Amino acid sequence: MKEMAASKYIQTAKYLSLYWILPILVLLLWKGAALLGIIHNYTLPSPDKVIQTAVTLTADGTLAGNIIISILRVLEGFFLALAAALAVGVAAGLSGKFEIITDFILQVLKPIPPIAWIPLAILWFGIGEASKIYIIFIGAFFPVFLNTLDGIKNIDRKYIELARVYEVSKKRVIKQVVLPGALPFIMTGTRLGLGSAWICVVASEMIAATRGVGYMLMDGRDLARPDMVILGMIIIGIVGKFMDDILKKLSTVMIKWN
Amino acid sequence: MADPIIQIEKLSKQFVSGKQTKKVLENVNLTINPGEFISIIGPSGCGKSTLLRIMGGLDTDYEGSVYFENGPIKGPGRERGFIFQDHRLLPWLTVEENIKFSLPESTENVEKIIVENLEIVGLQDVRKAYPKQLSGGMAQRVSIARALSNQPKILLLDEPFGALDAITKMHLQEEMLRLWEMEQITMIIVTHDIEEAVYLGQRVIVMDTQPGRIKQSYNIEQSIPRSRVSPEFHRQKDKIYKEFFEEKLQTFYYTI
Repeated sequence: MKEMAASKYIQTAKYLSLYWILPILVLLLWKGAALLGIIHNYTLPSPDKVIQTAVTLTADGTLAGNIIISILRVLEGFFLALAAALAVGVAAGLSGKFEIITDFILQVLKPIPPIAWIPLAILWFGIGEASKIYIIFIGAFFPVFLNTLDGIKNIDRKYIELARVYEVSKKRVIKQVVLPGALPFIMTGTRLGLGSAWICVVASEMIAATRGVGYMLMDGRDLARPDMVILGMIIIGIVGKFMDDILKKLSTVMIKWN
Repeated sequence: MADPIIQIEKLSKQFVSGKQTKKVLENVNLTINPGEFISIIGPSGCGKSTLLRIMGGLDTDYEGSVYFENGPIKGPGRERGFIFQDHRLLPWLTVEENIKFSLPESTENVEKIIVENLEIVGLQDVRKAYPKQLSGGMAQRVSIARALSNQPKILLLDEPFGALDAITKMHLQEEMLRLWEMEQITMIIVTHDIEEAVYLGQRVIVMDTQPGRIKQSYNIEQSIPRSRVSPEFHRQKDKIYKEFFEEKLQTFYYTI
């Protein structure tokens, strides 16, 4: 038993060292380049300068405030999009007619990048919260919708046939065959949608906002503070990764039969 | 004699694909009495599965008449259990949820039905298991328990053991015979395994292809208990074997 535990520790240690080797190397190279004077403080400040900025901004609370406001915006827009996309996706997946009716408009709207909506969103909703939520909604809607539709269409017909053999009601078929059958696709769509929502919040905050991580980037540019910009970018990356990790965990819990 | 449980008259079916029409079944007549165990055997493409699906109500596009207990078959029904080659358990439901899924929503004593029917197929400890945790044989037993839970009058088995290994297959064949004797359910099994057909069926229907039709019907005299090794079993098996390959003897001409 002891040996097994020990070998497990070695496994974990191996994994962690492999996992962190490249990030640490990048950090060292970055620092080295700063020490050698290859990069300059006014274009690419050294990593400790960025860390210092992180400490200052954390201490006065602006960093946490910006992160929280962005996350709240994402969640609001994302959940609205999730609800709408699931409803439309399930309807289109179950009803051929509904799919045909909506097909053209949805297929034309799909390739329009969410940020292309920014000018209209500001005209329609002003520069307040609503325009940002709208952009996020557009960004998150299509990945969820398309995957839900695909998921339902990809359900093995043999399960529908089985339901016929046992005269299972349509309501029950939707609840116990269609939705669980499409769930792996839906979860993939949800992850893509949340990722897109996060991209959209940053984009919309860069245009018109007074708070949020996107605003932090723009503020850093205006103040000629590359350290703030870099910090903002790193924060965006890390938060995005964590949100995806959470959904990944959630989908393994929800799809426990696989 | 009691009224037949299945009565098929002048059944024909064709598939149309483009300009070609393919006759899947031609002039099939078959009467099955309650409590019979029938094997249907034939080469692939002879329409044996289609015939079974028509009896199950899964295929309603045909000419002729197909009656179940004096009423025409218009669609699937719980009183006609259908066992597919794959176990067809919903992967996201546990064993007990799968059985519950097949029962009418108004069913009382769901618990009791689940326990009893799992017991019948010799499985008690798998109620909370997901299908992927079961072996192929166990999963097929669960699908049999699921069919039995609906108290069918007839069980339609579409190559039910085709995907299982030889030993599991024999076990499940014994199981089916036991169920048949115990529950008095009419059984119709479609298979391409002559031994299985002769071992299980009181009557073996041999089908031919292009177009699919019934070629011969054999009454099998089963010893009690059944035997896989008795000379009588082999004699009856050989008879059907020859029937099957009468036109294809050339195939064997060159072998060994």
